[in-house]
Amino acid sequence: MSLIDTIVQGVLLGGLYALFAAGLSLVFGIMRLVNLAHGDLIVLAAFLLLVLVSTLGLNPFLAALLVAPVMFALGYALQEVLFNRTLGKDVLPPLLVTFGLSIVIQNGLLEGFSADSRRISTGALETASMAAGPVTIGLMPLLALLSAVAVIVGLNLLIYRTALGRAFRATSDDAVTAGLMGIHPRKIFAMATGLAMVVVTIAALYLGTRANFDPTAGPARLIYAFEAVIIGGLGSLWGTLAGGIILGVAQTLGAAINPEWQILSGHLAFLAVLLVKPRGLFPRAVD
Amino acid sequence: MTALLETRGLTAFYGDFQALFGVDIRVEASETIAIIGANGAGKTTLMRAISGVLKSAADTITCRGEAIGALTAPDILSRGVAMVPEGRRLFPSLTVEENLLVGAYGKRRGVWTLDSVYTLFPILKERRNNPATALSGGQQQMVAIGRALMANPDVLLCDEISLGLAPVVVRDIYAAFPRIRASGASIVIVEQDIGQALKVASRVYCMMEGRITLSGRPDELSRENIHTAYFGAVRHEPH
Ligand SMILES: Nc1ncnc2c1ncn2[C@@H]1O[C@H](COP(=O)(O)OP(=O)(O)OP(=O)(O)O)[C@@H](O)[C@H]1O
Ligand SMILES: [Mg+2]
Repeated sequence: MSLIDTIVQGVLLGGLYALFAAGLSLVFGIMRLVNLAHGDLIVLAAFLLLVLVSTLGLNPFLAALLVAPVMFALGYALQEVLFNRTLGKDVLPPLLVTFGLSIVIQNGLLEGFSADSRRISTGALETASMAAGPVTIGLMPLLALLSAVAVIVGLNLLIYRTALGRAFRATSDDAVTAGLMGIHPRKIFAMATGLAMVVVTIAALYLGTRANFDPTAGPARLIYAFEAVIIGGLGSLWGTLAGGIILGVAQTLGAAINPEWQILSGHLAFLAVLLVKPRGLFPRAVD
Repeated sequence: MTALLETRGLTAFYGDFQALFGVDIRVEASETIAIIGANGAGKTTLMRAISGVLKSAADTITCRGEAIGALTAPDILSRGVAMVPEGRRLFPSLTVEENLLVGAYGKRRGVWTLDSVYTLFPILKERRNNPATALSGGQQQMVAIGRALMANPDVLLCDEISLGLAPVVVRDIYAAFPRIRASGASIVIVEQDIGQALKVASRVYCMMEGRITLSGRPDELSRENIHTAYFGAVRHEPH
């Protein structure tokens, strides 16, 4: 395996990590809520996709179109009935509640789907790839990276070009004053979490088609998402993409040296960035 | 006759501390009233209660006869009551123009649009793409007033718009008030600066320690009355 191929595979993997992270970044940016169940929600969405694909024989992309609104509604409802009650000066309640939710989702999935690991089949797409010199680019990993870019472009357009996006930023700045402008902060938060769950559905599509997953796969996805957000710098979605790519490249480089080092080298890259730039690479960069 | 906005026996608490003790004020359509009082008199608390930042008993605040005391801030805005909060509270990550547009989030129609606010405060048009917090204090106050106007309010609550501003700047900002009044809105001006308030208001309420201690038309009130109501004892020199 050539170095250039390794790096390209890392960049593609980074697209997937950016998808894991974008929803987390969005929610944290708007309401300073750290959702510890984020990874489990990705896995939950992957199981919903699996059900549609395996029982109804739907195309996975079509299934994602159906699951996205369901996940949006779930995110909206979770925020309204659960997370909004935990927001306040104290940072502990949201952590405890989302940690509890993480356990609930994992156990619910274990009940419903057993501990077996599964995979969503994309048929011929699974192995489709193109060769460019020494590099082989798989179609699904490429689509994951392109989707990550599209998601970030889309979220940035929404945040910086629409009335809803202005309300997101105003509420993030000062929720009380936003209320005086006719904005219901709780509804804004619910919209944000709903949107994050749409991104989670896209992440789940590529997670579930790329490799095996099982009900306990969530926490590791959460860690990767966290690392991507922190490497990139809080508040910048493009930074999150860069963070995902750095993490992905570090992992494939580590794996090229010794397959056992894949995960470890990702964490080491994360720590190295934190040592050099404690606030991440692009803190509050202009998106 | 029901007033446009009225408080009756309004109380407010911060924890155990009572900040308002049965405040009664009335605002009629298209009038300007002033609320004056020393530091800590409860003026800002009164504004927060009316605008819904602080919750009150439902029937202690009415808008055109409807009990609105228990509503949230956005629901009170939708009844036509907008606020320029103390300290301006602009959104720092938004530009001047975005701050103004957020003011229109409630989609109330009327004469106030980006264009008419820019006509009222032309300097804001020049600075429209700057971050709001990059402006001078006076310009920021104009943004705060413009942002509240964008909701096309029937009642505009202005909490200490002269705070921390040079007298000439204050005069410039007050120069905009006749045009705001001409749009039909009632204005409630909260000030510590008695002179400014008495000039523009048709009625004045004076507050002390959470109570209204005096009210009336500016020409009915003697300086001595006001100072007694303001400080609790007759002072010989105002400052
Ligand atoms: N958040 C708060 N928590 C506790 N007490 C408060 C709070 N805000 C105000 N108070 C108290 O309530 C009383 C009224 O304060 P308020 O801010 O309404 O006065 P004010 O008339 O607006 O004064 P100023 O002219 O200085 O703005 C004061 O005694 C103040 O200390
Ligand atoms: Mg005050």
